[in-house]
Amino acid sequence: MSADKVMTIALVGNPNSGKTTVFNVLTKLRQKVGNYSGVTVEKKSGRMTLANGKKTDVIDLPGTYSLAVRSTDEKAVHDVLFGHMTGTERPDWIVCVLDATNLERNFYLVSQIHDLELPMVIVLNMMDELEAEGKAVDVEKLQAVLGIPVVPMVATKGKGVEALKEILSKETLPAHPRPWRMSEPMEEEVEGLVQWLMKNRNLDRPLAFSEAVIWISKGNIECEHIDADEQLYTLLTGAWERLSVKGVSWRMGAIEARYNWVHKILDGVVRRGSRRKRDMTQKLDAVLIHKVWGWFFFAALMAFMFLLIFTVATYPMDWIDAGFARLAEFVKNVMPAGDLRNLITDGVIAGVGGIVIFLPQILILFFFISLLQDTGYMARAAFIMDRLMNSVGLHGKSFIPLLSSFACAIPGVMSARSIESTKDRLVTILVAPLMTCSARLPVFTLLVAILLPSASVFGKTGIMMLLYALGILGAVVMAWVFKRTLLKGPTPPFIMELPPYRLPSVQSICLHMWERSRIFLKRAGTVIFAFSVVLWALMNYPKHEGVSAAVALEKSYAGQIGMLIEPVIKPLGYDWRIGIGLVGSFTAREIFVSTMSIVFNVGEGGGALTLREAFVRAQWPDGSPLFTPLVCVSLMVFFVYAMQCISSIAVVRRETNSWRWPIFQVVYMGVLAYTAAFLVYQGGRIIGLQ
Amino acid sequence: MKIITLDKMQVGQSGIIQNVVDESVICRRLLEMGVTPKTSLKVVRFAPLGDPMEIELRGYHLLIRKCDAAMIEILLDERTQMNADKRGADERR
Ligand SMILES: Nc1nc2c(ncn2[C@@H]2O[C@H](COP(=O)(O)OP(=O)(O)OP(=O)(O)O)[C@@H](O)[C@H]2O)c(=O)[nH]1
Ligand SMILES: [Mg+2]
Repeated sequence: MSADKVMTIALVGNPNSGKTTVFNVLTKLRQKVGNYSGVTVEKKSGRMTLANGKKTDVIDLPGTYSLAVRSTDEKAVHDVLFGHMTGTERPDWIVCVLDATNLERNFYLVSQIHDLELPMVIVLNMMDELEAEGKAVDVEKLQAVLGIPVVPMVATKGKGVEALKEILSKETLPAHPRPWRMSEPMEEEVEGLVQWLMKNRNLDRPLAFSEAVIWISKGNIECEHIDADEQLYTLLTGAWERLSVKGVSWRMGAIEARYNWVHKILDGVVRRGSRRKRDMTQKLDAVLIHKVWGWFFFAALMAFMFLLIFTVATYPMDWIDAGFARLAEFVKNVMPAGDLRNLITDGVIAGVGGIVIFLPQILILFFFISLLQDTGYMARAAFIMDRLMNSVGLHGKSFIPLLSSFACAIPGVMSARSIESTKDRLVTILVAPLMTCSARLPVFTLLVAILLPSASVFGKTGIMMLLYALGILGAVVMAWVFKRTLLKGPTPPFIMELPPYRLPSVQSICLHMWERSRIFLKRAGTVIFAFSVVLWALMNYPKHEGVSAAVALEKSYAGQIGMLIEPVIKPLGYDWRIGIGLVGSFTAREIFVSTMSIVFNVGEGGGALTLREAFVRAQWPDGSPLFTPLVCVSLMVFFVYAMQCISSIAVVRRETNSWRWPIFQVVYMGVLAYTAAFLVYQGGRIIGLQ
Repeated sequence: MKIITLDKMQVGQSGIIQNVVDESVICRRLLEMGVTPKTSLKVVRFAPLGDPMEIELRGYHLLIRKCDAAMIEILLDERTQMNADKRGADERR
């Protein structure tokens, strides 16, 4: 290796072993950490400085139990280690991050990585939990047996990180030949495959061996839809047949041989614990996964969250509101009257302020979601929901992306990568945006306030939970429909690790909330800012002198657009002004709120009306009120089901690698939203509601 | 000495894996996660709706559906039979 070449280090290990935590300590970055399998779903890179001052690239990878990969996220690990990932060089060092409380299973992956014959360091993470169980690991002995450096670590406290950096700054050690062996017939068949792979696929010996063992342990079903070409497939079938005749299980042969090696390595290295394992977790689970209390707990948690959203959050929201009002006042005082001043007060401040005000509510929502992710509740939710998900043809793991989508559909859609079956992953992606995300929160809060102006917080909480339930119901029903029509397939098997509960660090939760609110504010400062300016212009031009503000708005460009679509949305109970908001909301849902504040600010001639008051006063031309309870409900239902988010569309496009699915998604959700709102409004009118 | 399939075991019972029948789609992944013959395991609980189940083996906890658990043959540890009976009686009470 030349002196100035930047070295690359890859972090590899089982899911949830703490790879991202180690990555964050090494690179001082802040990638998402969480206490369940499948938090990291794509390759992430960063830079670090070693003890000798040398700069090094660090790659964080998704977790995997094996290099014989089954899902999209696991494939990234295979591709990086085998050098198949475009734009990423094969790593010079591999850091295997192991969960020290669970060495046997973790070492299975070590044995696979060992086969690659790359320089490697072993990190025994979570030493604190090991000690809490009264266990110990003889690091010296393990190191001696393996011939590989072993570093004990507590990544969350940064313990052991310096020792790791020290080792990485030394010259890479030469790799050892393979220390484990299979039965003779297996060895022979594998050797045959190795020769073929070296010749026909141009692999070097270690890679060819790794691939050969992976191939031979796979069954025909698995090989059929993987890139096994005709010739390789014939070779494999021959090998399986010969082994079966000799009574050797080709499926188990290599796996058992590896576990035998693991046993030998760990013999006398781990001292058994005195204390009972996972005591706290057992006690908590007895309640949280209880037949009755489990459901009760989840409902209570959600209810508590909404109560906070409607009580605690209102104070800072009032402050923010007052702040923006004062800002508008200030601008009015210092600037001469004119279009520019109006643009700033009625366009920018009303638009951006109308959104930023919801920050406190969104922070509370994100606090609860990161609590679910960091404590380990997420995996429990998958456990509890698997039976239900099974009946619609998905499995419990699909529930994790759905639950994450409560925050935002984008991480939800991304985390679907950990689902093995392509079809099921697609179904999950298609329904994830039906889950009520944080961008809907401002819209719902506003509509709830109009619908039930004098209701207690309990009433509002009830409505909110109902809306969330509607979203979940929609997602489940649509998943059921897709699994039976477009994306038919068998119900996938479900196996998942259940981690112990872990205390989330305050720092990690704060960081997560800060990251999310930064994104939220950035959106308010860019997209919504720009949109507010454009909208303001559309509403104020062409100029009409000497008419009332309301008439001028009607004759403006925005008014004309609204008028154009009014016939389409009138059956849902909406007029052209709501139409303007709806058109805008297809870029991002919360734009509906900012648009409404601009429309009604202008339409009612400005003044000191709060948005709610302006809404209550809004009328149809014949003088009947616009925002009747029925219209509010119809709007809520529309927002529950419609796909109104450019960023989600872009992510779905990236994740599915085609425009077909995002377009399909926009259309089906649009039809769903329109139909549901139509049924609510027209149905309500038939039974005599207003 | 009694051999039964994993899905038939009760909460609190433990046993030793005898065989993993080759038919399940996830057979290989189960093996790779350490569900191999001669490993001992324990049933921790069933999900509130009866399926899947939580088992403990090799120092970690695994969730698995009953239909997949039916592929795993277990040599039941008779001593733990009593625990399970007692627990069952407690629950019925
Ligand atoms: N007690 C303890 N907890 C740790 C330690 N290192 C990480 N954790 C916790 O373990 C959990 C998993 O950490 P991550 O860094 O997200 O694990 P990962 O390996 O990146 O997980 P995936 O991306 O899902 O594969 C988090 O809750 C961490 O806070 C440690 O040394 N001790
Ligand atoms: Mg990670």
